[in-house]
Amino acid sequence: MTSVHAIPLLQARGLSFLRADEPVFGPLDFALHAGELALVEGDNGSGKTTLLRLLAGLLHVGEGELHWRGQPWNRDACAGEVLFLGHQLGLKMDMSPRENLRIAAGLHGARAGRSAASVLAEVGLAGYEDEPVRRLSAGQKKRAALARLLLLPAVLWLLDEPYANLDRAGIALVNRVLEGHVAEGGAALVTSHGAVGFHGEGGAPKRIRMHG
Amino acid sequence: MSRASVSSACAAVLRRDLTLAWRRRGDIAMPVLYALIVATLFPFALGPEESLLQRIAGGVVLVTVLLAMLLALDAMFRSDIEDGSLEQLVLAPQPLALMLAMKILAHWLTTALPLIVIAPLLAGMLHLPVAVMGVLLLALLLATPMLSLLGAVLVALTAGTRRSGMLLALMLLPLCVPVVIFAAGAVAAAQQGLPWVAPIAWLGAALAMALVLAPLACATALRIALDA
Repeated sequence: MTSVHAIPLLQARGLSFLRADEPVFGPLDFALHAGELALVEGDNGSGKTTLLRLLAGLLHVGEGELHWRGQPWNRDACAGEVLFLGHQLGLKMDMSPRENLRIAAGLHGARAGRSAASVLAEVGLAGYEDEPVRRLSAGQKKRAALARLLLLPAVLWLLDEPYANLDRAGIALVNRVLEGHVAEGGAALVTSHGAVGFHGEGGAPKRIRMHG
Repeated sequence: MSRASVSSACAAVLRRDLTLAWRRRGDIAMPVLYALIVATLFPFALGPEESLLQRIAGGVVLVTVLLAMLLALDAMFRSDIEDGSLEQLVLAPQPLALMLAMKILAHWLTTALPLIVIAPLLAGMLHLPVAVMGVLLLALLLATPMLSLLGAVLVALTAGTRRSGMLLALMLLPLCVPVVIFAAGAVAAAQQGLPWVAPIAWLGAALAMALVLAPLACATALRIALDA
């Protein structure tokens, strides 16, 4: 069931990011509650990736406010509750998907009742667990990175173009994984410039439009 | 849900870096071969006179090892930045400085330790007396971690720039001067039969300070480098 709390997980007011004093995007206003999906829409170069990197804590807020569970955002408050999946997948090419997951679980911990083998089977990489990531196709690498989302405990997922490189079954997989996450009370921010077909329990996802 | 403990995270980072180094063990051999070749050039350039080589042996081995380490330093965070692993490490709910300390330890184990292992061979080729060998190894054991730690901070600072190799060398070599002075001082003192404990103790003190401060500086520098 979706559990919508009164206090939003993440709230932005007049949020913008400055590069050399020029705003890259914004000002943006949005709120994201637990159990909600948000789709970040915008053209190439509109700052979708920058927004996600900023929310992950890799970039500094330029102007405006960012609140995490009602408190001003700080790194320690949301440590371990946010997972970021960017263009660079964070996989070691010389290691197998299983080894990559083991490292991630060593850093973050793992969800109860999930193992590297079970999440790899879930993303359709059964039989490729011990193959070096280097030898996997682009889509399979993406699936290996998605397996990390399933294994690690986190409330908020920040997914930058999760549909890129995936076949039709892979796109369905991302939708299924996102729906499962929302059903467990998680939240996700997803960027995409294609049409997205996930349906949370609350129907269509919230949309955040970037000003181009 | 089970959160990861700091010790399991340290073990994961250390094991990952050592495994990756092992899978590319050809890269480990490069600095060793480089040091071997550089050290053999000296007798060719200066002539095989034993008393001369004996006098310069300690210094030559030290400088050769430092330069060989410099070769591998550049790569400390490069692959992690390129494949996004560094972002994942920064976002992990673990103390970043400690995680980086593990990476620096792994780097030291895979680049400096092989050099220390062949150092007696290099010193022997240059006729360094066997009695002084122990002091040379002790000096190297204290000097090389210093270099890894100082180097890591500079690598982190230059992480955002491309082709940082030369810049790194130009920044790091001046910082090496005190390390070389004390390490070579200890070896020279031992060679002349003088007490050599004081310079070694200075190296040890500097290393203790670097062990505490360098990972913190490295973490801050990396966050700044990623925030660009």
